[in-house]
Amino acid sequence: MNLRDTLSLSFMTVVSYRTRSLLIVLAMALGVAAVVVLTALGDGARNYVVGQFSSLGTNLIIVLPGRSETSGGIVSAALGQTPRDLTLEDARFVSQLPQVKRLAPLNVGVAELNAGGKLREVTVLGSTAELLPIRHMKLSKGSFLAHGSERSAQIVLGSELAHEFFPDGNVIGQRIRLGDSRFMVSGVLASQGESMGFNNDEIAIIPIDYAQELFNTSTLFRILVEARSRNAIEPAKAAIQHTLKLRHDGEDDVTVITQDAILATFDRILRALTLGVAGIAAISLAVAGILVMNVMLVAVAQRTAEIGLLKAIGAPSADIRHLFFAEAVWLSLAGGAIGFGLGHLGALLIRLAYPQLPAWPPVWASVAGVAIALITGILASLLPAARAARMDPVNALSGK
Amino acid sequence: MIRLTEISRVFHMGDQEVRALNDINLEIASGEYVSIMGPSGSGKSTLLNVVGLLDRPNSGSYELDGTNVTALSETEQARVRREKIGFVFQSFHLIPRLTAAENIELPLILEGVAPADRKTRVEATLDAFELRDRAHHRPAELSGGQRQRVAIARATILKPTALLADEPTGNLDHRTGAEVVALLEALHHAGTTLIVVTHDRELGARAHRHISMRDGEIVGDEK
Repeated sequence: MNLRDTLSLSFMTVVSYRTRSLLIVLAMALGVAAVVVLTALGDGARNYVVGQFSSLGTNLIIVLPGRSETSGGIVSAALGQTPRDLTLEDARFVSQLPQVKRLAPLNVGVAELNAGGKLREVTVLGSTAELLPIRHMKLSKGSFLAHGSERSAQIVLGSELAHEFFPDGNVIGQRIRLGDSRFMVSGVLASQGESMGFNNDEIAIIPIDYAQELFNTSTLFRILVEARSRNAIEPAKAAIQHTLKLRHDGEDDVTVITQDAILATFDRILRALTLGVAGIAAISLAVAGILVMNVMLVAVAQRTAEIGLLKAIGAPSADIRHLFFAEAVWLSLAGGAIGFGLGHLGALLIRLAYPQLPAWPPVWASVAGVAIALITGILASLLPAARAARMDPVNALSGK
Repeated sequence: MIRLTEISRVFHMGDQEVRALNDINLEIASGEYVSIMGPSGSGKSTLLNVVGLLDRPNSGSYELDGTNVTALSETEQARVRREKIGFVFQSFHLIPRLTAAENIELPLILEGVAPADRKTRVEATLDAFELRDRAHHRPAELSGGQRQRVAIARATILKPTALLADEPTGNLDHRTGAEVVALLEALHHAGTTLIVVTHDRELGARAHRHISMRDGEIVGDEK
């Protein structure tokens, strides 16, 4: 019997046992779909987190006060060394480094915003004009803090704040009171929503000098630094550490974090997670494979007389083995294809339901899901097919 | 030409040994019409299965058209079965999912005949067996006589030299049974060797040579 006839004859068999075939194809399809959907979720979550970090800025280095290593003990206590705070002067030195493209010193605090008879507490960022490009912020109206504007009382409002205080939209040039000082609104941020649990729509940004005055401090919360390129990140980090150590009397009392390092960690964790859920889903495929084996064994038992007849009219064992084998291939192929479709449909529905989650199934997962379905289905059919081929024709004809 | 020499077939039932065929020597010439009769358990079906290469004897040799077929491999025996032997069973053994035409086509598929060729040969066979209007019916939609006609058409489509029938009328009423016998005898007249195993004395008596069996041995062989 040639391949074409084997395939078409077994296809007819698969179609004629409709219920049985549908159930087994469904089991296979669910397994494949589970692999596709779960990896889409995992990979989507990874891309989401990576995207969130990237939205913080490109080639970002964050300098924060305080040591990240344990050292000293008695000696430093005896010498009277204390960690120094970060200052604007530190930021000015860092900005001179050749690896640094630009930087923005940052102060954060909470103050009372008062305008047009309305009042609320807002998170206030104190910074410079460079914050806008470093943090990838966008304006919807007006202008950001002017360069060298440390002494002019400008304020930039988050979109929601602007809307709350000036619902008529006439906001640029309005005077508002923040704490005890008066500011003039120079711009409004474009709506950005939450990023890393921080709502950009409800903040106010003022020049760093005013912020330090407002919060009565001379120290900085962070310095955000943008390196010249991706390759300059590590040299810049080293240079910043070196510069600040010199300025702090040889004390290594700042922590420098690169965004890349954080990103890589999250990337690794979420990749492992995706592999994990894919593995769990693959187990369901193995179960489906065992189901195929069971159904094929039942089919062989059911069709004993038929196998006997095929032998009586001259089918060699190989033909009979191929027929049952082809039947399993059809079932797995249908299961794999339908599961592939279902999985991609599921991923599409997830993307529609959660537009911010890029739940695209990775190619490797789709391929692996369908391949595992085929392989388990084929492996599972080997035993039943061999059993059918081995049958004694005389006993088989009498249904024994 | 069928020649069996000292053929024995032994079954083991628990610790008991059953000699279904005991040193059988038998020669059947091409074109003969033979009936094999005997009580249940006399070994007549086993003899038919050995002749049809469905069963392998424990000892002895079997020569079919000059070839020692006992020495052939399983695959080669399947080919001999396909090309030289046609089986007709009491319970028809049609595949229920396939139509009458598809059942008749099966041996051609196994033989690897090209689809276009298959189609014309099946059509011709359907006409010859007056099954044209039943071609696309499944076995469940056919009468007993029609089912046996389909089975005979399937058994003969590759023009075998020997047609082996095991109680071919056992599941049929008298009238359709007679029609089926007439059909088998027509095939015999066309030159096919016909071997019929039966309990039915009337059917057995129609053959030109009568073999009687008891306890695995041939106890009568008359022409």
